[in-house]
Parts: sequence; C-alpha cells; structure tokens
Amino acid sequence: MSVTRLFGASVKRREDPRLITGQGMYTDDFKLPGMVHMVVLRSPYAHARIKSIDVSQAKAMRGVVAVYTGADLAGKLNPIPCAWLIPDSDLKTVAYPALATDTVRYTGDGVAIVVADDPFIAHDALNLIQVDYEPLPVVTNQAQAMAQGAALVHDDAPGNLAFHWKFANGNADAALQNAEVKLKQTFTQQRLVPNAMEPRSAVANWTPGADELTLYNTSQNPHIVRFLLSVTSGIPEHKIRVIARDVGGGFGSKIPFYPGEALATFASRELGRPVKWTEERRENFLATIHGRDEILTAELGAKRDGTMTGLRVTNWANMGAYLSTAAPGVPTWLFALIVPGCYTIQDYACDVYGVFTNTTPTDAYRGAGRPEAAYLMERMVDLLAAELGMDPVEVRRKNFIPADAFPYTSGGTLAYDSGDYDKTLDLALQMVDYTSLRQQQQQARQQGRYIGIGLSTYVEVCGLAPSKAAGAMGFQGGLWEPATVRVLPTGKVVVLTGTNPHGQGEETTFAQLVGEELGVPVEDVDVIHGDTGMIPMGWGTYGSRTTAVGGTAIIKATYKVIEKAKKLAAHLLEANPQDITHDHGRYYVQGSPGKALTIQDIALQANVAWNLPDGMDPGLEENQFYDPTNFTFPFGAHICVVEVDPETGETKFLRYVAVDDVGRVINPMIVDGQVHGGIAQGIGQALYEHAIYDESGNLITGSMLDYAVPNATQIPHMETARTETPCPHNITGIKGVGETGTIASSQAVVNAVVDALSPFGIRHIDMPLTPERVWRAIEAAKAAQASQSGQSGQSAGQ
Amino acid sequence: MKQAIHVTVNGVEHASEVEPRLLLVQYLREALDLTGTHIGCDTGQCGACTVMVNGQPIKSCMMLAVQANGAQVQTVEGLATNGKYHPMQQAFWDLHGLQCGFCTPGMMVAAVGLLQRNSNPTDEEIREQLEGNLCRCTGYQNIVAAVQSAAAAMRGESQPVGVGANSASGGGTQS
Repeated sequence: MSVTRLFGASVKRREDPRLITGQGMYTDDFKLPGMVHMVVLRSPYAHARIKSIDVSQAKAMRGVVAVYTGADLAGKLNPIPCAWLIPDSDLKTVAYPALATDTVRYTGDGVAIVVADDPFIAHDALNLIQVDYEPLPVVTNQAQAMAQGAALVHDDAPGNLAFHWKFANGNADAALQNAEVKLKQTFTQQRLVPNAMEPRSAVANWTPGADELTLYNTSQNPHIVRFLLSVTSGIPEHKIRVIARDVGGGFGSKIPFYPGEALATFASRELGRPVKWTEERRENFLATIHGRDEILTAELGAKRDGTMTGLRVTNWANMGAYLSTAAPGVPTWLFALIVPGCYTIQDYACDVYGVFTNTTPTDAYRGAGRPEAAYLMERMVDLLAAELGMDPVEVRRKNFIPADAFPYTSGGTLAYDSGDYDKTLDLALQMVDYTSLRQQQQQARQQGRYIGIGLSTYVEVCGLAPSKAAGAMGFQGGLWEPATVRVLPTGKVVVLTGTNPHGQGEETTFAQLVGEELGVPVEDVDVIHGDTGMIPMGWGTYGSRTTAVGGTAIIKATYKVIEKAKKLAAHLLEANPQDITHDHGRYYVQGSPGKALTIQDIALQANVAWNLPDGMDPGLEENQFYDPTNFTFPFGAHICVVEVDPETGETKFLRYVAVDDVGRVINPMIVDGQVHGGIAQGIGQALYEHAIYDESGNLITGSMLDYAVPNATQIPHMETARTETPCPHNITGIKGVGETGTIASSQAVVNAVVDALSPFGIRHIDMPLTPERVWRAIEAAKAAQASQSGQSGQSAGQ
Repeated sequence: MKQAIHVTVNGVEHASEVEPRLLLVQYLREALDLTGTHIGCDTGQCGACTVMVNGQPIKSCMMLAVQANGAQVQTVEGLATNGKYHPMQQAFWDLHGLQCGFCTPGMMVAAVGLLQRNSNPTDEEIREQLEGNLCRCTGYQNIVAAVQSAAAAMRGESQPVGVGANSASGGGTQS
C-alpha cells in the first residue's frame, strides 16, 4: 500500500468546472435533429371510470404529430413492473399501466399523450382531448382504505391490502408482558415530496432499421432502466442504450422506472423520430413518487432502571395507487430490520401493512425506511427517559451495544459490522458542553424561555448489498457493482463504474482512490458513469452504496492493474516480479529506486505490446465484479438545541451538532457536504414539509407555493465532526454517507422541541412541527393543566 | 403571431422572431441554446432560472421573451470573462457550494446580484436574500460560505484559494 496522499484530502470537485459554467448536460439539455415533444394528459380525478376519450380535435390540430391513449399501447407497452416482490407477504402485484385504460386511480394518473412539433402546441392540444369520467369513491389514507366497505383501488386487492409482512426475533409478547414499564405511542410519518431540483425528463431516440433505442433519462440507475424498459417495451436489452449524464438530484425519486420514459420510448418507436418529455414541477408533484407516509405504533417494554427489554411495532404504509419499482421494500426490509438501532433489544416484532390508496405512488426517499426507523426508536427512547425521569443520555448509554460486542447480531437480525456508539455520543456531548447546556436550559426556564435539547443516536444499514441479501428480500436484481480501470498508452486512466453519482462527487473521490493507488494525479483519472453503452453493468446510486460498493470494486480492479504492471516491470527490468516494489507510480527492483519505470512507461509498453513476458495479454485494463459480504453500518450522534416561542409556536435553532462515523473518509469536504444536505432534508421533514390530500384526493400542496422545500433562512448552520471506525469487511473501510444526515436529524429536532415543551407536560407532537401545530399543542397542554389544577383545587376545597 | 425582438445576451446581439407567450428562459434555452439556465419549477419559487436583465437578477420564467426586447441579459455562460472565472464561480468551486449543480447557475447569478446591493453582507443577510433560490442538495451552508468568500475576493480582501484557481479550463472533464 502506498503512502496516503489523495485518500483523505479535500480535493476540489472535478465535476464542478462544467457545472459552474453552465456546461453540464442534464437530460432536458439534449436536443436531437427532428425531435418532437410529448406531454401527458393527467387525470384531474383521484378515482374515476373512463367512459370515453375523444382525441379527434387534438389530432386535427396543426403541429400535432400524434395522440395516443391507453388503448393504443395494447400489445406494445406492457405494464410498469414492480421490482421488489417481498416474499411471504401475499403481495398483490396489481397492473400498473403506463396510461390508464378504464380506470384512473390517482390525481395525475396518465390518460393520454400528445406528441407535437413544440411543447406549446402539445399543451394546446392536450386541452382539446375530451375525457368523460365517472367519478368513483376515493380513499386517500390508511384508515379510510382499511375501513370496512372501503372503495377498492384495485378489484384484485381486497381490503386495499397490498401486502402484510411480518418480522419477529425472540419473544416480544413475553418481553412486553413481563416489562416493569410499558409505553405505547403512535407516530405519523407524513408524506413528503422529494423535489429534486431537476424535474424528470426523457429523450427517446429510436433508430428504425438498426432497431436500436437510445434513451437519455434522469436516472440514478440507468442499467435498471435498461432492464425494466426492455421488459416493458419488448426491445431486446442489448438494443437499448440508457444515458444519464448530469442528473439534477434524485434523493430516491429517480430510482424508479416510470411511465414517462416508457411512453417516450413507445412514441419514438411509433414515429421513428426522437421524442422528448420533460415534466413540469406541478407534474413532478403529482407523478413523481412521494416518500414516507406511514402510520406507526410502537410498544416498548423496559425495566425501571431504563434497560429496554422488548419492542413491538406496527407500520401501516401508504403505497399510493400502484406499486412503484422498489416501494414494497421500503416500509418492510429497509425499515423493520434496523428499528432496534444502537440498542441491545432482542425481543422484537414488527408487522407491516402496505395499503393501496388513491394517491401518488410512494417509494424510496432519502434514507428510505431507515429515517422512519431511527425516528421511531429515538422518540421512544426519549419517551422512556421522560417516563422514568432519567436523562436521555443515560437511557441511551444503558442500552447501547458495547463497543467490544461487534460484530453484533441485532434484534433485527442484522450483523452490525463495527461501531462505537459511546464515542460519537461523547464527542457530541463535549461539543455542546452538555452539562452546562442543561444548566442553561434550567436558568432559561426560570426566565420563561423554552430551550430544548434533542439527541439522536442512530445506526443505519447502508452500502446496499450483498446480492444474496437482495434475493432473500425479494429485490428483483443484484446489488453488486462492476468496475473497469483502463490505463491508456499515455498513462491516463479511465475508470468505469456501474453506480451513477448525481451530486455526490464520485467523479472526484473515485479519481482520488485510483490516483492514490496508481500514483497518478487526480487530473489523469476520468470517471465514467451513467451510460449503459460504455459500462458493462451496474445497479446504481442509492442506499449510500456508491463508494462502499462501487468504490471497493474500483480499488480491487486497481490492485489487479498494479499486479500486472509489476509483472511487466519485472520483465522489462529483467528481475523477478516478487522483487519489484512500487511507490507512487514508480516500479523498481527493491533497493534500486534510481532505475525505475513509471506507470506511464509501463502503460505504453503494455499497450504497444512489443515486448511482453510469455503468456501476458496486451493492454493495461482490469475488471472487477464486486459483491460485498454484508451491508455497512454507519452511526453517530446528533444534538439539536432549539428555543420555542410559546406565544407563536415558532422553533428557532440555537445549535446543530452532528458527529458521524461513516468509516474511512476519502474527501472530508464532500462528506461534510453530504451530511449538510442530509440534515437539511431531515429538518425539512421535522419542521416544514407535508404533502396533503383533500377528501376528494386532490394534492392541495401541489406546487412549491404550497409545499415548503426549505430555503436558506430555514436551515441552521451545522457543526460537523467525525470519528472513524472502518468497515471491517471491505478493503477501503468505507461505510457510506449519502443518507446519514436525513436518517439522523428529524428526531434530533423533534426531541429538542418536545424537550423544550416538557414543562407543559407535552410528550409528543407529530411532524411537521409547524408553528401552528406547536402552538396548538401548547394551548391544549395549558388547557389540560388548567382543568387538572381546577379539578384538584375543587377536590382540595371539598 | 410572432414578434420581433432584439436582445443582447452575454454581450452578443440577437434578433429573433418569438411567440408572444415564450418565456425568457425558454428563449435562452431553446432559441439560443444557452442551456446553463435551468427550469426547476413553474411558479417562480425555485430561482434555478435566475439571470441578470439590465444588471438586475430576475427569474427568467417570470418574464416573457418579448419583455426582454432591447435588454442586456447575462446568464451563467457569461459570468466568466477572458477565460477567468467570476469570483462567485471560483468561490462555489473552492468551497463546495454545489452538488448536483442544477440550482447553481441561478444561485450564483442571484448571489452576484446580492453583492451588488451589499458588498459586505452578514451570513444572515445572505440567507435572507437567497430565500428565493432553492437548493435541495447542500443545506445552504457551503453556499453561504462561498458567497462570503466571493464577497471578500471582490472587495480585494483575499485571493481565491485552492488548486486550479483562476483557470476556467482546468480541472473537471465531462464524463
């Protein structure tokens, strides 16, 4: 192993020069000769029978190239598949047509498409399509959908139940029965709209004759798009090339395979010309997946000393109208297994009900299942602390998995790889000076000020892999990653990865990894991603897996390159391979560094192949297919300090401290950036964001006017720090950081607000903690206190 | 019925015939192929489309192309001059003020506008004045730091930091 120079350095991002000069290539920036524009007519009803569709006027409009309805797709475009078929759950894989034929099931369900010379004409024509709808009864939430006699979203899903999935370890019933203290709480994980800044887009280009399709697409995982598009369209997989160059944020919303890209493909194939579809933001609100939307109950059993002994959780998850690509896995596997968190609770059970409603389908949104788990557990720990009159720090420490217990099999039956939960908590407490902070809180209370301190000690299951786990969970794909490291004749390096970073900076960090090992400057390494025509295979960027899985594949391929370079150097230097050492890209016989060959020399010799040792193939390129043996388990401690104004209900941030342990860190600047952004999204859920449907199934928060994507004034300055506990099962020691902030932060904020309001006797408020909700909770608590003291005053008087 | 307009964009004069309903952002992207200016919403909330019109930052999705007749427009493509980054671009690069980069062109133009109004803003003032530009990736922290760094550089108080400084051609390559 060479001396570390690039690994651990805050190298400036190599993707930035094109992005800060306006030269990025996002999907909507592509313009192809002869390209026409597609728009989608979307249902204004959440649930209705389509009695008739008349497209004649639209078709007759000048500039309109074609109009298609669901009937036109018959035999040409199969329904959109669900790719996470969770086993043992009676999963109902209902048909998800790209355009509705007889029934629309949510506001925004596609009904027809218009293709025209320009988007204006297409929109004008859209208004000329006459659809006769017969409105049907609507269910938008879990309670409505599961009520007896509720209207069915799908006739083949009785009770609107998409699945019922169960998990159990140990004996939760007995543990709860025998517990000295029992707590029960219901939580709402409100529905969120991911709102990646770049709307989704697809440019489909079918080449007649060659019978090939090139699809430019806003995707986190172009190879999955290729796979599912092949299944949906019938185009052979090797005749599809999916390109996702610059992608403007995803946060899970660009994992799924959607009707939009399938319809653009269909239209391009019908017309034999390129077709572009770019959604508008209002369309994004309706037709791109939503996140969360779960109703949860937790029953926690504990001893009076604060030791937690048993846990039972029920999750009613709103799946929306159809099962999106990865949707069934989110409230089940990605949620349930990690609920016990950092704690030694072994007796644990979880029931998950997936429920169909007349709403936009839900799927993975940053953290996907794990923020919900960490929120639930960390709220329960605080409720237990309040119940027992203990400090929340003390309860956490009492229940932490000790540092010497790793690897540790959790109550969720996951094999946690490594951890030291006290260490991150200690550092966070030290950063805020916890003891003195608690004293300040007391003093403030005496002055009538409500300061709250919220803790979140979390562990996540990330680095999504291995493939055999994917198979056991019912994910219809693998979770390995390939890598190619190719050294060109001049010694410049091209790296291919199957992951598809879209803001996470791996064009830089992967170049650091390879540059470090090969001993070449970062500038000499180009990282290629997001093109199925160039990259053999790949499963994509999500689940904090890009660097842990994709990066490890790259390092392993790089080691193979070095091995070959050593053999060739030995041959050229007339020495034995075992006598060759390499140091920062220089290969020499041990003890004779003066007579060294550089990696550039060797690359040229390997590529011209004039003088190779017997049996050595030409070229200097290696491939690695890497499938990890386990997930990774980043962890940490976040502390949020707030002040709540009891008159207005407004929450003001005083401090936000994040201590994370994401294993080894390649680029601290980038890792900090990931943490910042993740925390901002968690704060968004805690305080601001909420997707709301009215009774007839209209999304009344359907634009950025009504839905609060946090702005710069709403996010506090964040203080970040790290401890470093390497991942023991990959050679880089990396655990992954993409979701950390989001998984850690919502409960830190809510715990802080509830802590601030504890003098009112408030134990819980559901997210988002808007001023109105907080104010109402305070007023309700005051009224309850007043009536209680009134009653006790009366009884005292009698 | 199309209307004739004359617009100077990044110092280049353009004479065009446009639909009256064409938005300025659509004109820049579709007619002039200046795709650095992005469309992130349809209600004027996100600010991804912010450009300078006659020296003032405006949201180009809230203005018709015909309203820009006779105007001087500057987009992200016009920020760098003579192969040298604008201090705002340099600071965004130096301080990791962007991740996916989609909001970045509008964010930088809006930030240049705010420094024109106030060359020495507090962090709080920067946050307040960038309220109309949304970023979903960064949590704004490094954006605030980048604007401070650019402000200092523009006041002549510090030199740009880091590798590749002052070079509009060095560093990244398209993948």
